[in-house]
Amino acid sequence: MKKTWLLVISFVSLIILTGCGNSKEETITAVGSSAVQPLTEAAGEKYSELNKDSYINVQGGGTGTGLSQIQSGAVDIGNSDLFAEQKKGIDADKLVGYQICVVGIVPIVNKELNVDNLSLSQLRKIFSGEITNWKEVGGPDLAITVVNRANGSGTRSVFENSVMNNIETKSSQEQDSSGMVRQIISNTPGSISYVALPYLNSDAKALTIDHKAATPKNIINNDWKIWAYEHMYTQKNANKLTKDFVKYILSDEVQNDIVKKMKYIPMKDMKYQKDINGHVTPIKR
Amino acid sequence: MDNIKAKLTVKSKSSKREMNGKIISMFCTTIIVVLVISLIGFIASKGIAIFVVDKVNIFDFLTHSVWSADKTDSQGRPLLGALPMIVGSFGVTFLATIIATPFAVAAAIFMTEISPKLGNKVLQPVIELLVGIPSVVYGFIGVSVVVPLVRKMFGGSGFGILAGTFVLFVMILPTITSMSIDALKAVPRHYREAALAVGATRWQTISRVVLKAGAPGLFTAVVFGMARAFGEALAVQMVIGNAMLLPQNLISPASTLTSVLTMNMGNTVMGTTSNNALWSLALLLLLMSLLFNSLVKFIAKKGTL
Repeated sequence: MKKTWLLVISFVSLIILTGCGNSKEETITAVGSSAVQPLTEAAGEKYSELNKDSYINVQGGGTGTGLSQIQSGAVDIGNSDLFAEQKKGIDADKLVGYQICVVGIVPIVNKELNVDNLSLSQLRKIFSGEITNWKEVGGPDLAITVVNRANGSGTRSVFENSVMNNIETKSSQEQDSSGMVRQIISNTPGSISYVALPYLNSDAKALTIDHKAATPKNIINNDWKIWAYEHMYTQKNANKLTKDFVKYILSDEVQNDIVKKMKYIPMKDMKYQKDINGHVTPIKR
Repeated sequence: MDNIKAKLTVKSKSSKREMNGKIISMFCTTIIVVLVISLIGFIASKGIAIFVVDKVNIFDFLTHSVWSADKTDSQGRPLLGALPMIVGSFGVTFLATIIATPFAVAAAIFMTEISPKLGNKVLQPVIELLVGIPSVVYGFIGVSVVVPLVRKMFGGSGFGILAGTFVLFVMILPTITSMSIDALKAVPRHYREAALAVGATRWQTISRVVLKAGAPGLFTAVVFGMARAFGEALAVQMVIGNAMLLPQNLISPASTLTSVLTMNMGNTVMGTTSNNALWSLALLLLLMSLLFNSLVKFIAKKGTL
């Protein structure tokens, strides 16, 4: 009989423990693009400080995960580097999208390499496999190791849309996260890849394109062409906390502080806009 | 009279207990069986989708080398050729096993025949330690030590089948070793005594008697090592380079079935072709591990005859 009691007690305690989180605290989950993850995390922490009973649970997983999870209603916010319409299998009409900031993507190379600048067409030719040695672009006689992001990654899509001009990238090494890309670039002589600006650090060297650097100023004026909107998608009938959190991220308080500090560009600063097909037009004010 | 009848027909406390025990263990067993069956059913139903819905030829799937779910061929079927991954998976598996087996068998011989005392004191704990190290740690060491080493010694970027082989070698070594030890320990003592009695040296006893008698067990150990190598995902993914290209040599970036799965899961949407294609790879992995398991069963059966 003792054992039966043990069983009953463990079951009951299991149920009680599962129910624990349901006290007053409210939690929402944001999942998706790793390019916007640092921003969501930082904003989530601040938001929780301001609103004691709210907690924002932030996870990565990639743009595809973000969009498919929000579509199935498994999470409250899906982060994406792409417009939902651009992703196969996503019914964008069922979602509500917010553009929360702009992120620049920058080609990076190994620090030892004495190449600092490429033209856009040189960059394209490197990723399409037409140029395979650094000496063809004025560098040392060293084979180019192209490191790509996984097929379907948001960052890769943005890079391809802005750089490749519908020319196919050659099959090459692929990595599934920006951090891993950065580490490989810092260890491998002659390697080239690309990361979102917030992920750029001293491990790798950023290239200029046509002698323009990936600075916020150049992105704002569209002198730096490789940029995209970061999106947050919610269900149509999102709960109050979700709506409130998105509103908080869009507020000047976050946009002018965390967004800028983390090397994203606030929406309001942009002087150009990009539509879903990649056409860029000046914003009239 | 009635009293006795009641006593005989009513269930006693201990028979009730036995009944309860039976029900509980039946219940648990059923859950496990149902779980396994539904798991296989789920993976299979998802995995055959690209063949049924998208009409991909199963032969093309196994022999073509272009993997791109977004692009279609002239007949509108998605280009899904898994050959690079299949070659990569088998490549690292076989190479790692070939390198690891001599070491493992030698260690097993040392432990059972040559110096059991030292073996138990030093070798056993070391092997157990190797088993306990999480695969991400192996992968991390692989990226920061093995890959640069391969690059320095053989050129290229360092990422590729060779780096994957080295990492897997260390990972499957303890598996094969500990199972080989069990296999050699199971060889009856009187075999050795008989060999010594007819005047065989220790080496003759080991090579002609112990290894022969233990052969089925050793094969089982090797197959288990292969299964482990085939299914390893994280560590291999970190060092193999993940390029969906047919490997040209051992130091060009390649990919395995598992590495493609872990790389791309997050970037596909449930229900799309690219997602279903990943399920097909998962199904292939499942079938392979079933094959490994039946191989082990088959060897064990042969061994007892």
